This record gives sequence, C-alpha cells and structure tokens, in this order.
Amino acid sequence: MAIREFCDVAVIGAGHAGCEAALAAARLGMKTVLFTVSVDSIALMPCNPNIGGSSKGHLVREVDALGGEMGKNIDKTFIQSKMLNRSKGPAVHSLRAQADKQRYTGEMRRVLENTPNLWIKQAEVARILAENGEIKGVVTCSGAEYRCPAVILCTGTYLKSRCLFGDVIQPTGPNGLQAANHLSDSLRELGIELLRFKTGTPARIDGRTVDFSKMEEQKGDPVVVPFSFTTDPATVQKEQVSCWLTYTNEKTHAIIRGSLDRSPLFSGVIQGTGPRYCPSIEDKVVRFADKDRHQLFIEPEGNYTHELYIGGMSSSLPEDVQVEMIHTVPGLEKAEIVRNAYAIEYDCVNPRQLKLSLEFKDISGLFSAGQANGSSGYEEAAAQGIIAGINAARKIQGKEPVILDRSQAYIGVLIDDLVTKENHEPYRMMTSRAEYRLLLRQDNADLRLTEIGYQVGLIPEERYQRLLRKREAIEKEIKRLQETYVGTQPEVQEFLARHGSTPIKSGVSLAELMKRPELDYWELAELDPERGKPSSEGQEASPGEGEGSLGGQLSEGEKGSSGCQLSEGEEDPFRGQLSWEVCQQVNIHLKYEGYILRQQQQVEQFKKLERRRIPPELDYRQVGNLRKEAVQKLSDYRPASIGQASRISGVSPADISVLLVYLEQWEHRKKED
Amino acid sequence: MADTIAAIASGLTYGGIGIVRISGSQAFSVGDRLVRLRKGQLAEAKSHTAHYGFAYDGETPVDEVLALVMRGPHSYTGEDTVEIQCHGGPLVMRRILQAALGHGARLAEPGEFTKRAFLNGRLDLSQAEAVMGLIQSQNEFARRASLEQLKGSVGEKIRELRGKILHQIAFIEAALDDPEHISLEGYQEELEGMLLPLLEEIRGLLKGAERGKILSDGIRTVILGRPNAGKSSLLNLLTGEERAIVTEIPGTTRDTLEESVQLGDISLRLVDTAGIRDTQDQVEKIGVERARQQAEKADLLLCVVDSSRPLNQDDQEILGLLEGRRALILLNKSDLPAEVSREELEGAAAAPVILFSAREGTGREELERRIREMFDAGEIGTNQQVTITSLRHREALEQAEKSLNLVLESVRQGLPEDFYSIDLMDAYRQLGLILGEEVGEDLVNEIFSKFCMGK
Repeated sequence: MAIREFCDVAVIGAGHAGCEAALAAARLGMKTVLFTVSVDSIALMPCNPNIGGSSKGHLVREVDALGGEMGKNIDKTFIQSKMLNRSKGPAVHSLRAQADKQRYTGEMRRVLENTPNLWIKQAEVARILAENGEIKGVVTCSGAEYRCPAVILCTGTYLKSRCLFGDVIQPTGPNGLQAANHLSDSLRELGIELLRFKTGTPARIDGRTVDFSKMEEQKGDPVVVPFSFTTDPATVQKEQVSCWLTYTNEKTHAIIRGSLDRSPLFSGVIQGTGPRYCPSIEDKVVRFADKDRHQLFIEPEGNYTHELYIGGMSSSLPEDVQVEMIHTVPGLEKAEIVRNAYAIEYDCVNPRQLKLSLEFKDISGLFSAGQANGSSGYEEAAAQGIIAGINAARKIQGKEPVILDRSQAYIGVLIDDLVTKENHEPYRMMTSRAEYRLLLRQDNADLRLTEIGYQVGLIPEERYQRLLRKREAIEKEIKRLQETYVGTQPEVQEFLARHGSTPIKSGVSLAELMKRPELDYWELAELDPERGKPSSEGQEASPGEGEGSLGGQLSEGEKGSSGCQLSEGEEDPFRGQLSWEVCQQVNIHLKYEGYILRQQQQVEQFKKLERRRIPPELDYRQVGNLRKEAVQKLSDYRPASIGQASRISGVSPADISVLLVYLEQWEHRKKED
Repeated sequence: MADTIAAIASGLTYGGIGIVRISGSQAFSVGDRLVRLRKGQLAEAKSHTAHYGFAYDGETPVDEVLALVMRGPHSYTGEDTVEIQCHGGPLVMRRILQAALGHGARLAEPGEFTKRAFLNGRLDLSQAEAVMGLIQSQNEFARRASLEQLKGSVGEKIRELRGKILHQIAFIEAALDDPEHISLEGYQEELEGMLLPLLEEIRGLLKGAERGKILSDGIRTVILGRPNAGKSSLLNLLTGEERAIVTEIPGTTRDTLEESVQLGDISLRLVDTAGIRDTQDQVEKIGVERARQQAEKADLLLCVVDSSRPLNQDDQEILGLLEGRRALILLNKSDLPAEVSREELEGAAAAPVILFSAREGTGREELERRIREMFDAGEIGTNQQVTITSLRHREALEQAEKSLNLVLESVRQGLPEDFYSIDLMDAYRQLGLILGEEVGEDLVNEIFSKFCMGK
C-alpha cells in the first residue's frame, strides 16, 4: 500500500529557497515536509562559492532581519569576507563572503535537522494535487502521497534540466545530480505556464597546478563585518584565505571566437534564454568585442579542497576548447581542470502567474520561490523562500500575506519585478533596480524589517527588544547632535582648518557640521562637549582618531560601514554607551539627511499610486480608451494596484491615466448603487 | 470601447451656426438615428465629408442640418466623431443634444473631448492645455504662444531635456551594475559639462515664461506722475482712437479698476485709470505713497512729467521709483515754454525718455516700440523660441531646476555617483509631469475640469 501522510506545508526542493521556506514555515508552527532529490545536497552551492555581493548582500541582510538563516549560516562558514564598493555611497556598500561550500551545506543541514516540525524526505515529487483551483497535496515518484493545504515549489534548476558543453548533452541537474523530469508535466496540467531558461557555470581547476605569482592577490577585510545582525562580531574575526585576480587576453578571445560554432549557445542547440548580467565568456567576447581583456576571479571552493572556481568564465564550449582557453590565462597555463564548465537548461514558472505573496493567482495554496520563478542566484532564492514560507504559513492560519513593497526592501523590489515585469532571462538583483536604494541600505536592514519579522513570529522577543533599544539610542543621539552647538572659538576654527573645512561665522550644531563632506561623526568627537573622558589612561584622542581603537585600522570610506570591534554593551570611550552600529546609523542619517529626505518624498509619491488598489474583478475590456495591448497585458498580469500596473511593460502612462479616470467613475458608480 | 459622448460645442448663445459634437464608438449610429440624410447613412460615409439632412427628435423634425463625419483616429478626439451643424439658436441646439442623448450618447463632462484626445494619445498634456490657452487667449501674443504649444513646441523641448537627463541616469545605473565594463572615471566633469548648459536652457525657458505670462495676461501698467503732469493726456493717447476696444475688466473694485489697451499685438492692463479720470471732479489725490504701492505690483511703469514745470520734490521721488524697474518716462509736450529738457530727465532717472503729445497724437509709436523691446516681444512668432505660458509648466520647470542644482552641488562636493541619481530622477519626473508622461494622481482630471463644456 502506498504511503499516505498529512502535513501542513510541503516544500519541493532543498536549495536556498527551499531551506528558508521550510524553516520559516516550520518555525511558524507548521508541520513541514521538505523534499529533496539528495539529502547530501541540501543548500548546495553548485555555482559560485560566495554569498552576497553587490545588492545580493542586501538581500542576505534582509532575510536575516526577517528571521531567516542564510546570514547566520555564512557567518559560521565563511573563509573570506569583504565589504564591496566602499569608495561609493553607503547605499551601494555590499557584503560578500567566500564560503566553504561543504561546511555551508553541512551547517544548513544541521539547522534543518534540529528544527522542530521540519521533516526532510529524499524523494522526487512527481505530481501536485489540486482540485477546483485549490491545493491538496503532492505525490512522489514512488507513489507516496502527502496531503497538505500548502505547497511551495522551490525546484531551482532541476525541472527537466539538461547540462551542455560542446556537443555533449547530459540529462542531469546541476553538478551531475538527478533531474526532476516528472513535475513539469504535472504543472502544465494545472494550467501553469512554464518558461525555458538557461544559466551556466565555469570550470573548476586544481589549485596545485596554478601559478599564483602571476595574479593579483585579493585579501579579505582586516576587520570582518558579519552578515547576521545576531552574530557577535568578535566571533568572525579569523584567519582568511585569499582570492586571486587575473585576466583573459587576445589569445583567449581568439580561441573562443574560433570555436563559437561549436558552442551550443550559438549553434542553437540551447533554446533557453541566458542571463544578460551573468554572461558566459563567449557572450562577453562577442558582446564586448572592443574589450581586450576580461577579469577572472580565482576563488577557493573551501578549506577542505584544492578546487578553485574561475569566476567570470562560465562557458558551454567543448571540453578541448575549455582547456585551451584556460591555458592562455596568466597563472593558469598549466591548470588542470577538475570539473568542466557547462550550461544548464531548465523549466521555470512564468512568474507573472504569481501574486506579490508568491502564491499562484489561480491555484490557492500553491506557492513558488527561487530559481523556479526565473531568478538567478542563491540570495534571490533565499529571499523569495522566506517570503513564500511565511505566506504559506499565514495562509493556513487565515492571516493576510506579508508583502514588502519597493520602498521597504530589496526583497520587495525583487518580487515585484519578478511578478510584474516581463522576464526573458534569469533575473538577477542589482542596485539599479531599487529606486529608493538610499533608504534600503544593507546597514539598516534590521531597522527596516526586524519589526515585521517579530510581528510574523520569526524574531524572538529578546532580539526585538534589542532593536527597540538600538532605534531609541539612534534617535536620541541624532537629537543630541542637532541640539549641540559649537561656537566660533579659536579651537573650533583651528579644528576646521585642520580638516580643510571653511571656518564658521556663528554658532552651528554638530549635526550641521557633519553634512560637510570633509567631516563625519567620528572626527567631530573632538568638538563634542559630551565626548567624555577617555576610558583609560594613555588613550588620548588624537586628530582623526576619534573613534578609538578601530580608528587607526579603518580608512575613510570604511568608517561609515564597518561593523564594530565594540560589541553590544561595550563602552564607546567617547560617547557614553553607544555601540558602533548606532554611531554608524547616526553618521549616515545626519550626513546624508537632505538626500534621505528627498528620497522619502519620492517614496511618498510612489505610495500614493500603490495605495490605489485595483479591484481583482475589474474587467479591463470594459475600460474605454484603453489600448488593445494594455488590455491584454493588464488582463494577463492582473495588478493589485495602479502602481503595479504602471510597471508592467506595454502599459503606457496614458493607459494609467485612463485607468485612474475609469476607477474613479467606477468607485463613484459603486457608491451610487 | 469608449462610450459615446455628446455636447453643444459652439456655446449656448444665439448665432449663425450651432454645433453639437458626438464622439465615441457609437457616434455614427447615434448620428444616423438623429439625422435623416437625403440619401445614405453617416456610418457608411467617408471620413471628413459633410452631409445634408434633417435632425429629428423622435418623429418630430427639429432643424435642417449639415452633419460632418470624421473617422477615428483622424478626428479631434481620436474616435469616430459626428459634428452636427444646425441653425444657431439655443433651443434648437438643446433639442438636438437631447435627441442625441436619447439615442444612447452621454452628456460630455467639461473638457472631455480634449481629455479623450489626450487619453487616446492624440495630444500630450501640454498640447491639450494649449487648446484651453488658445480658446482663452486675450491677445495675439497669447494666441500665438498657445498655437505653438498646440503644435507641440513645448512637448518637443521638454522631451529633449528629459532625454538628456535620462541618458545620465542610465549611465550611472549601468556603471554601478557593471563596474568592470563601464568606468565612472572622469564622469563628474562630464556630468557637470552636461548639467550647466541644461540648467542654462531651463533658466532661459523660465525667463521666457515670466515674460510669456506677462505678455499673455497683458502687461500690468501703472501711470505715475505728480498732479496735473498729464496722466490723463497719456491715457487719452493710449485709448483715444481705440476707445471702442477699451474694456473694463469685470470683478475689480472701482478703486483698482483696470482697462485693457491694445498696442499692436501686445496688451497693456492699465491700473487705476479711474483715479486718473476722476481728477476733473476732485483734487487729485494720488500721492507719492499711493504711487509707490501701485508701482510695486506693476510689470511696467509709465511716468509722466510736465515739461513746462521744473522738477520738484514729488517728481524726484516718483522718478526714484523707477530704479531697477521696467519703466519709461513720458515727457508731456506743452504749449508753454519748456522748463524740463529731455537731456535733464535722462540725467535724473534710470529710464528712457519719450516725448509725447496727446493733442498731436505723437509718441504712440515710439512707446509701442520701446515696450516691445523691453519685453522682447519682437521675438514672438518671428523665431522658433519656445515660450512657456502655463503656470503649471513653470512650476515643474522650477522644480526641475532646483533638482538639477542639487545634482550640481553633489558633484561639486565630491559625493559618490550613486547620490546623483536621486535628484536627476526628480528632475526627470518633474519634466514628465508637463507632458503627462509621469503619472500624477489626479493631475489629468484636475486639468480637464478647467475646460469649458463641449471642448
């Protein structure tokens, strides 16, 4: 007799989306079953060996602020860490850490296994059960049936996947793992539209055969900032490994150009659409024909192995061409390939079928997250995973879904883009996609989202109280600086002259002085009457070293973004009890106050249109003056608000005006009825 | 898909011809039920043709009419349109409109025809507004400026400015996303090099806007001068032969009564002419203090000086008011021997001097020429310069200027590039409001509600 079991939530796939989804659902009290084709491959990193990076680092911190696991897991298992873009504004600072892949997988598995309500099953789900547009459960290949009111698809790149290089086609998922060949048909039977996407990964080489002396060493930061707001910074200051930078050259490009006809990408064997923002090396050579070199980052796959990842060289060229081109690169002349580069093709859901909650519009209880929604990247997957997990649980509990909007989080931008815009290729998070990025910084993810995580039930009371204390401390310190004035005394003018700043003509607040580009919170400590006495003898503040012990180690750009040597509760020697995170928030807030205010005004404008809800029953064919294309698009996407409608491609500003006018009349008529 | 609307388009007064306009998907079928042609049907008629027949309300003939057929998208609204020309009596027009409504049309809201033209993409917002400007224009300048705007001159200019801003936004964003391939080195100079001329252009438009507003509303003009200097003579010179077109502007109190005077294609709004005309009956009371108050609100000051009397304290004080203003001094030629010469006046005040004589009718031409020069009115219509006349456009331009100045400030302070896009985006959006390409929540309804019925 076939097995028949009952649970609350079934999560299909245990990658980065599946793990967060299952953890969120289980932690919210749902009996959750997590299906994977291989228990040994939980939270697998089949491509790049790092977490974070430009804008993706933001996502990790947001997942963490909501109570997710990715940040904590990378803090436990990183082997190098770096805050990127320090020379730019705080909005684009981004954390990136190299992971020890094996440990990353192992630690995540341990967390899953120790979470109550969460059960891991190694099985391929073959069928989704639904009746009358309502989810009923899933059936595995072996016929075991799990009845449940909510299912979350986190199938990544496994649906009908095949891996290709040259003329070699292997019918597997990533890394030679078993593909999921049954589920696509079941999804189609439910009326779900699938897309065929493509992505790829570079070759891995044996570190013993690499000449590092020909490459530039890329070290980690001297002071590591953890990803998770819960990680004690002291625990992440450790020995780090290096990455290495080298470049392709004309010889490399000539080999690639000469072999394009043997690439399945160009010969037409690959039907799926590839990512423009994570292009293969052959794409780059074709598209940037005028560039005589491209960067390659050589990154360790972990402490347990010699294997190295060649970042920037993903490819689907034949094996012999791969060897040849790699050997043209300085430092890699004698490199031995461990694993070939390959392209992977897979089925994914057309995400326009989803609501902003990640639930299917037409199938109640079915959710979808991660690469299965046409995104790319571990971080994008995790971000969707936690939201789908939360919303599946809330659906069962009869609660309203949690929807983050574009002014609240990168997660909001990500999901809104996925379900609203036409995606022809795997979607990658980028800073440019976030209109309000000065407000959505990685350093304030906790201030933005931890309260939501607490209300949802994923953030414990103690952590929430800590957040409230932090917020209060920031507000108090800002107020104090706004009310602390310095006069025109000679020592003030001398201080300003020393910092290349123009003298003041009358009394001015410290907050005002902080706006000057050449000054910041830490430097102004010298003028701060409340800087207090140095905590111990001999630690007299010297110019430019107002921040104490950390000051000597961090350069100008790093100050604003660095984490703390001084962890929670430890005393700042100059301003009472303030932690580093508090000082950092105060500095950013006051320094960029004008910009922040203007961005907040933009958000106000944005929210006006988001608040204009469109009734789901609206028949766009009845709206006069709407262009045919707009009727088609709006009927397909069924946006929740005027704001969302305005972001659908093919819907023009005039169409939006038509809609606004129509809605007004519609509401008017409704009132009269 | 659009419902069909109808309204009286020609105004509800007695006239030679009255027009009822019907627009929408059912315009032809409504028209056919309304008008019995001698032969054929409006629904089968070619676009832009006229058809003779009788309008009926039920079985009752209402009037003899000419029906014009315009097929969408080649009509004012972009939809199928029928215009029924009838004899221009209010009762006739009302009966025809009633009949159209009876046949399934809905009474159009004020401005709804033009709104449809905008919503159907026939006009951008600035063009739609120009329609209203054209209808309401009080003088040649306003008419020409509105016509240029209707032809798309404003939209074209704004689109060009927006394009330049968008290019920079796109570049910054691309560089942030792909630092490997797109370098921001030297970008600050490049951006500044683009911002400065852009700001210059916007300032030029704003300057023109100020002038444009003055010219299209009429130049608010105050006549100054000590008692008996000859202010009423000047008034007569200005209004004399053209007494017929002097209109009293309604709604103003007697105290600030204005008269509008056409001077070629520009108009002057003369303030407080009553105070000048009434001097027959009572001692002229416009003291220096009153003159000062009025002068503050004026676009143009005309100061009259009597050449037969030497300059006194009052003259000196009044001439002092002209400092830094658009002003002209008019030396009233008297039969009496001259005590004040043109040269003396030119030395005493910062404004050009014109000799005039109301009796001989001289000085008017020079006055007109000087005023035209002063307000650059000579350029209007003679070159392609875009003139902004709408207050809404002006406000948007001012906001855009403010935002671009903030960008410039950020560049000069050496802030990182990602800060620039906040204010660039604001400037881009503000300009988009002019075209209706940025969605302002109730902007569209607000604008069209100011239109008159039937347009």
